[in-house]
Amino acid sequence: MIHLLIVGVLVVVATLGLGLLLTQTGILPAQASQQAITIDWLFNIHFWFIAFFVALICVVIVYSLIVFRRKAGEKGDGVYMHGNQRLEILWTVVPIGIVLWMAVIGGQTLSDVERRDPQAITVDVFAAQWSWRFQYEVTTEEGVRTAVASDVLVLPRNQQALLRLHSQDVIHSFYVPEFRVKQDILPGGEEYVRELRITPNTNGTYTVQCAEICGQGHYSMLAQVQVVDGSEFTAWLTEQAADCNLSDVECGQRWAETFGCLGCHTTDGTVKIGPTWLGLAGHAVELTDGSTVTADTNYLLTAIVDPNAQIVAGFQPNVMPQNFDELLSQEQINQIVAFIESLGN
Amino acid sequence: MRFFSTSMFRGLIAQVAGTVLGMGLAMALRVVFGLPLSSPIEAEDAHIREVIVVVGVLVGAIAFLVGSGVFTDWFKWARGEETSDDHTPDPSKPNWMRYFSVDFDHKVIGVQYGVTSLLLLLFGGIFAMLFRIELSGSGITFLNSEIFKVLLGYDGPHLYNTLMSLHGIVMIAGILLGVGAMSNYLVPMLIGANDMAFPRLNAFAFWINVPGAAILLSSLFFGGFDTGWVGYPPLSLRAPLGMQMFLIGVYLVGLSSIAGSINVIVTTLTMRAKGMSLFRMPIFCWAALATALLQFSATQLIGLSFQLVMLERLMGMSFFDSLQGGDPVLYQHLFWFYSHPAVYVFILPGLGVISELLPVFGRKPLYGYRWVALSSFGIAVVSFFVWAHHMFVSGMSPFLRIPFMYSTLLVAVPTGVKFFSWAATIWQGKTIFKTPMLFALGAVVIFLLGGVTGPPLATIATDLHLHDTWFVVGHFHDTMFGGFIFPFVAAIFYWFPKMSGRMYNEKQGKIQFWLMFIGFMLMSNLQLILGLLGMRRRVVDFDAALGFDTMQLALTIGGFMVFFGMLLFAYNIIRSWTKGEVAEGNVWDSRSPEWQKPNPMPLHNYEQPFEVVGEPYDYGLPNSRYVNMNPAGGSPSAH
Repeated sequence: MIHLLIVGVLVVVATLGLGLLLTQTGILPAQASQQAITIDWLFNIHFWFIAFFVALICVVIVYSLIVFRRKAGEKGDGVYMHGNQRLEILWTVVPIGIVLWMAVIGGQTLSDVERRDPQAITVDVFAAQWSWRFQYEVTTEEGVRTAVASDVLVLPRNQQALLRLHSQDVIHSFYVPEFRVKQDILPGGEEYVRELRITPNTNGTYTVQCAEICGQGHYSMLAQVQVVDGSEFTAWLTEQAADCNLSDVECGQRWAETFGCLGCHTTDGTVKIGPTWLGLAGHAVELTDGSTVTADTNYLLTAIVDPNAQIVAGFQPNVMPQNFDELLSQEQINQIVAFIESLGN
Repeated sequence: MRFFSTSMFRGLIAQVAGTVLGMGLAMALRVVFGLPLSSPIEAEDAHIREVIVVVGVLVGAIAFLVGSGVFTDWFKWARGEETSDDHTPDPSKPNWMRYFSVDFDHKVIGVQYGVTSLLLLLFGGIFAMLFRIELSGSGITFLNSEIFKVLLGYDGPHLYNTLMSLHGIVMIAGILLGVGAMSNYLVPMLIGANDMAFPRLNAFAFWINVPGAAILLSSLFFGGFDTGWVGYPPLSLRAPLGMQMFLIGVYLVGLSSIAGSINVIVTTLTMRAKGMSLFRMPIFCWAALATALLQFSATQLIGLSFQLVMLERLMGMSFFDSLQGGDPVLYQHLFWFYSHPAVYVFILPGLGVISELLPVFGRKPLYGYRWVALSSFGIAVVSFFVWAHHMFVSGMSPFLRIPFMYSTLLVAVPTGVKFFSWAATIWQGKTIFKTPMLFALGAVVIFLLGGVTGPPLATIATDLHLHDTWFVVGHFHDTMFGGFIFPFVAAIFYWFPKMSGRMYNEKQGKIQFWLMFIGFMLMSNLQLILGLLGMRRRVVDFDAALGFDTMQLALTIGGFMVFFGMLLFAYNIIRSWTKGEVAEGNVWDSRSPEWQKPNPMPLHNYEQPFEVVGEPYDYGLPNSRYVNMNPAGGSPSAH
C-alpha cells in the first residue's frame, strides 16, 4: 500500500513538472490569428494529458525497476499475480470516457476555428510549382471591377479573410504556422477550389509555406504575408488597382514579381528551377534537342506562352505553368519581355 | 564457387536476362504495331522509354522467380509429377547454402526474411544519414556535391526528395520483411508445429521480395522520384521513371504480404499442439494472427492504387489527374485504406514480442493475458475505420472528418490496455537486465511517446497545425522504433541461441542499447518540438532566421547514434553466429516449448509432439508447467 502511495505522489509531481514544461516553455509559434487562440487552448489540454500519461507509466515502471530490484544473490521469481478483471475494466472504460470527451471538444474547437463571417474579404490564392500569387477583386472609383495580383499576401487585422485556394498543377498546401491552420490546394478548376478562413489579430510579417511536397522546388515555395491595419490595407489595395503608369521595363518587372516568375528565374545569374534572365536576351541558347536558337523577342514570347515548345538544355519540361496567355494580358506579356530584354547585357 | 549454384545467384542472373528480354519484347511489339521506338519530342521519348523499361522490369521479376526455382515444385505438380514432402537438406552441401537457396524449412525462411530485412534497414539508414548530413544546417551544401551528379545524374533538392522518399519506403519494406521474419520463425515453433501450413507458398512469399527490393532500390538510378513514400498524384504522374520502380517494387512486396499472411492464419488456426487453446497460445501468436488478418485484407488496396497510377502513367488513363477528369483525393482514400492498417502490421508483432519478453525477464505472469491478447484484435479492427485521419486537410468532405476523429481517438483504448498491462507486469517483478529485456523496456517507453503524441494529431483542430510538419515525423518514428525496431532487436537477441546455437555478446548488446536509446530520444523529441514550432516536413532547406540550425544539428547527431548502434548490432550478430559462446539449453529459464529443445532448434522442431498442460506465463507459481514435452502415449508427429 505504501508503495502505491509513494507512486501516486511521484506521478502528481512528475505530471506537474512535465505539464509546466510543455505549456510554459513556448513550444508553439507566436499566435497571430483568432483561430490560433482556440487551437492553442486545445493544445494545452493535450499537453496536460500527455504529461499525466507519460508520468503515470514511466513512474510505475522506473519505481518498480529500482525499488523491487533483485538484490545481490537473490534467486527466485517475482510476485505471482496474473490479473484483476475489475482493474482491467476500469482502465478500459475510463479511457473510453476520456477519448469521447476529447472528441466532443475536438468537434467544438473545429467549429469555432471554421466559423464563417459573412463580412469576410475574399482572396483568391493561386499556387503553382513553385510560386504563390494572391488576387484581390476591387472596384475602382470609376466603378470598374478589376483584379489586383500580388506576390505578397496582405491581410487586414481583425477581419476574417476567406482564402479561395486554386492550384495550377499538383497538390500544394497553404500553411502559416502563426495562424495555426492549413489546407491542401487541389488542381482541377472550380470544382476543386477549397476554402480556408483566417482572422489575423496581430500586425506583422509572416511566411506562407507550401506544406505538401510538390516536387523539386517545394522547399522554396514561400511567400510573404503582411497583416496590417484595415485603413492601411485599403490604401494598399487602391494603390495596386491603379494602372501601371511606369515604363514598360518597370511594369514588366512588377508583373514578373507579382505573377511569380522570379520564383524560378533569377535576375542575378544564379540558376534555379529555370534559366536565369541575366544575359539571356539576344544571346544563343542551346536546346535539349541539341539545336541552338537566339533568344530574340519571338523566342521570349513563345517561352512564356508555350514553355514546352523549346526546352533549354539542362532544364526539365512540364515545369513551368502553360497558361500564362490566359493569366496575363498581351500588354503585360510584352512588358515582361521588355524587362527580360533589359537584362540582356 | 558454390554461390553460383544458389537460388539467389541464379535468380538474379535470370532477372537481368529477363529484363533485357522483356525490353526486347516491348520493342518488338511496338514495331509490329507500327509504333515509334523514339521521338524527337523529349516528353514523348521519355514516355516510350518508360513503357519499354517497365515491361522489361516486370518480365525480369517473373524471370527471377522462375530462375530461383521457387516455382519448380508447382511446375512439376502441373505436369502431374510427384514431389517429395521430405525437406531434409542435402548433406553434401554446406549449411550456409540453405540460406541462399529455396528452402521450405520455416526457420530457414525466417532467417532469410530477417537478413533481407536488416539489409533493407541498412539501406534505409544510409539514405537517412545522407540527408541528415544535409539537414544539419541551413543552406544546400552536401547534396550539391559533384559526386552525386556524376553517380546518379542529379543532385540538390531532387536528390534530397529521392533519398527522403526512398528512406521511407525502403524502411517500410524492411519492416514488412522483419514482420515476416518474426512470424515465420516463431509461430510454428511457439505453437508446436514442425513447419508452416504451406511451405512452398512460404518460400514463394519470401523470394518475391528479392526482385521487389532490387527493383525498388534501382529507382535511385532511374532518375529517382520526388513524391515522398506516399506517391500522391498528380505529382507522381509527373515524376521521373524512378517512380515506376517504386510502384512495381512495393507491388511485389505487397504480394509477399498477402501470400505470407494466408500461411500465418492457417498455421495458427489449425496446427497448434494438443491442449493449446487459443487463450493458451504464447502471446506473440495472437499478435501475429491479428497482423496476418490485417495484411490479408488490406494490402490489396495499395496494390490497386499503385496499379492505377502505373496505368495512368503508361496508358494515359486519367484516374487521378483532375485536369483530365480524375480525382486526386480518391487516390489518398485508396492509399490510406491500406497504409493506415499497415502501420499496425508494423507494430503489432513488436508489441507481441514486448508482451512475450516482459514476463520471462520480470519472472512474473503477463498481467491480464486475455486483455492483452484481445487488445491486439481491438487495434486491428479499429484500424480499418481510421484511414481518413491522414486526410484532415486534404480537401475531402469537411463533415467526413468528424467520424474519423472519433474512431481515431478510440485507438487509444486498446493501446492503453497494453500499456497498463505492461506496467502491471513489470510492477514488483524481479527483473533480470539482459540485453533483450533492456530493448523491451526501451520499446515500452518509446512506444509510449508514440502513443501520447497520437491524440493531438487525431483532434482535427490541432491537426490543422501539425499535419505535414516534423511533429508527424516524430510521432511516426516513435511508433516505428517502439513498435518495431527495438522489439525486433530484442527478438533477435532473445532467440539468437535458437537460430545459431550460440550467445550474442552481452556487453556489445548493452552498449548498443544505450547508444540507440539516448540517440533516439534526442532525435525524436527534437522532431516533435520542431514540428510544434511549425517546421514543415520534406524540405531540403530551411531559413536560417527560423533558428532551427542547432536543433537540426543535434537531431543529426542523435540519428547517427542510432545508425552506429545498428552497425554494432550487425557486427555483434555476424561475429557471434560463428564465434559466440555455445548456448546450452534453456538459457532464459523460459516456460515456452522451444526452450525445452536443444540449441539450435532441431531440423524438424518437435519430433515428438508436446502437450500443453498449463498457462504460458505462470512464473512465480510453484510446481506449475506450461508444456509436457513427453506426454505418455504421444501420437506421432502430425506433419
